[in-house]
Amino acid sequence: MNILHIIRELTNSDPELLDRLDSRRSVMRAFAGAGKKATMAAIPVMMGSMFQKAYGKTNDTVTEILNYALTLEYLEAAFYAEANKVASTLLPSDPARGAIKTIGAHETAHVKFLQDAIRSMGATPVNSPVFDFTAGGTFSNVFTDYTTFLAVAQAFEDTGVRAYKGRAGEITGGGALLEAALNIHSVEARHAAHIRYMRRNAGHSAGLKPWITGKETGIGAVVQPIYDGEEVTTQAGINIVNINGLTISSNAASEAFDEPLTKEQVLAVVSLFIVS
Amino acid sequence: MLVDNNNGTPSSEQGLSRRSFLHYSGVALAGAGLLVACKDNDGPMNPVEGEVNLGLGDIGILNYAYALEQLEAAFYIMVAQSTVQGVTAAEMALLADIRDHEIAHREFFKNALGSQAIPALTFDFSSVDFTKRDAVLGTAKVFEDLGVSAYNGAGRLITSPDYLVLAGKIVSVEARHAAFIRDLISNGSFADNTVVDANGLDKSRTPAEVLGMAAGFVKNNINFSGLPK
Repeated sequence: MNILHIIRELTNSDPELLDRLDSRRSVMRAFAGAGKKATMAAIPVMMGSMFQKAYGKTNDTVTEILNYALTLEYLEAAFYAEANKVASTLLPSDPARGAIKTIGAHETAHVKFLQDAIRSMGATPVNSPVFDFTAGGTFSNVFTDYTTFLAVAQAFEDTGVRAYKGRAGEITGGGALLEAALNIHSVEARHAAHIRYMRRNAGHSAGLKPWITGKETGIGAVVQPIYDGEEVTTQAGINIVNINGLTISSNAASEAFDEPLTKEQVLAVVSLFIVS
Repeated sequence: MLVDNNNGTPSSEQGLSRRSFLHYSGVALAGAGLLVACKDNDGPMNPVEGEVNLGLGDIGILNYAYALEQLEAAFYIMVAQSTVQGVTAAEMALLADIRDHEIAHREFFKNALGSQAIPALTFDFSSVDFTKRDAVLGTAKVFEDLGVSAYNGAGRLITSPDYLVLAGKIVSVEARHAAFIRDLISNGSFADNTVVDANGLDKSRTPAEVLGMAAGFVKNNINFSGLPK
């Protein structure tokens, strides 16, 4: 969920990044072509190489941001790892257990993907922070109560989906790096939809849909910032409600487009779950 | 009922600019002594009657997305009109949601493209038995996974940050649809290893791959030769 954050940080600290990336477009295309032939495991290495080529000796900045991204991936991976440890008591049945195992494996893979990218630059991945998935006691039964667990999982997944988009525009033309970010982004969205469907099927939130309606949280005020702004029904100045005389409700208009989330909004939520 | 989204486009200006571009390209290729390469461009250089040309650059990509959204919207409009055996009322309500999302996407692109928009495409869903749950959901799964991979593959071809973010706003909704449809078919298959690789990455597909897979449902010949590579 964090590659786009990386690039935002890059462009904040280095306004000429995009120009430089653009001048390296042929290099990135070369990587892209190689990516189709090479195993996917080689992609992080190529990403790292791309950063090196784009930045020359300023890898420290890139590494710092990759590590920031990695920290956020640690959050999700650790969350599901903890849940999987207590699956037999936390999760009700095999479909649920299988799903959480699948999602956890993806988050762990994202962690490794970023770690490999950092190492490929000759840098060292940061260690994982210490997490408190109860968010200071707000979700005290997160690993003993299925309802609470799914609610927190939904919050993390929907945050991930929105966090990607908050930075997408800033890696425009980013070649293989952008593509990898998009490939993670849509996986987070698949996770979010499934968690929401699990909640719906478990009867925890009867009207909950796999997509985000308005700015409803289905989880409570503490994570409202994750959903604020999702209710918009205008895109690029075009009103989607009843567009061109067709019947499109405001709910459908909001559901049809997921909205970006700023770094500040993401950190405001994530910091609730980090002890140190 | 199928919604008519044909506003009489594309404009003649688009066609003219395209011809100018191709003329220029042809000259450049000839000057470089690579005239033979023109054989690869027979399509665009000799437009097929009734073919739909997506256009160039970002406009071409937006028209590509518009074409896919037309396909999806037309499909779900058919679904919502059908009595599908084995689909519950609650499931059908969510399928109607998807229909509305796809119509919203389609109309958004139509308005955003304005005079540059391709015309309404014509579709052939005769291979789909809309009374059968398996057929409806199986086709929906193909279209949703295809849409996700199409946007994922097209993102790198977009030069406008605004368009890229807009595509991002849509692709995650398509991924939500894909996960839901997959779960309706087999609970837990929302992100299985047929779409997500060992690095936890979703699929990307090129326009050529996507349009090739969609061709069986689209009556128009879609010329995508102007899309960025």
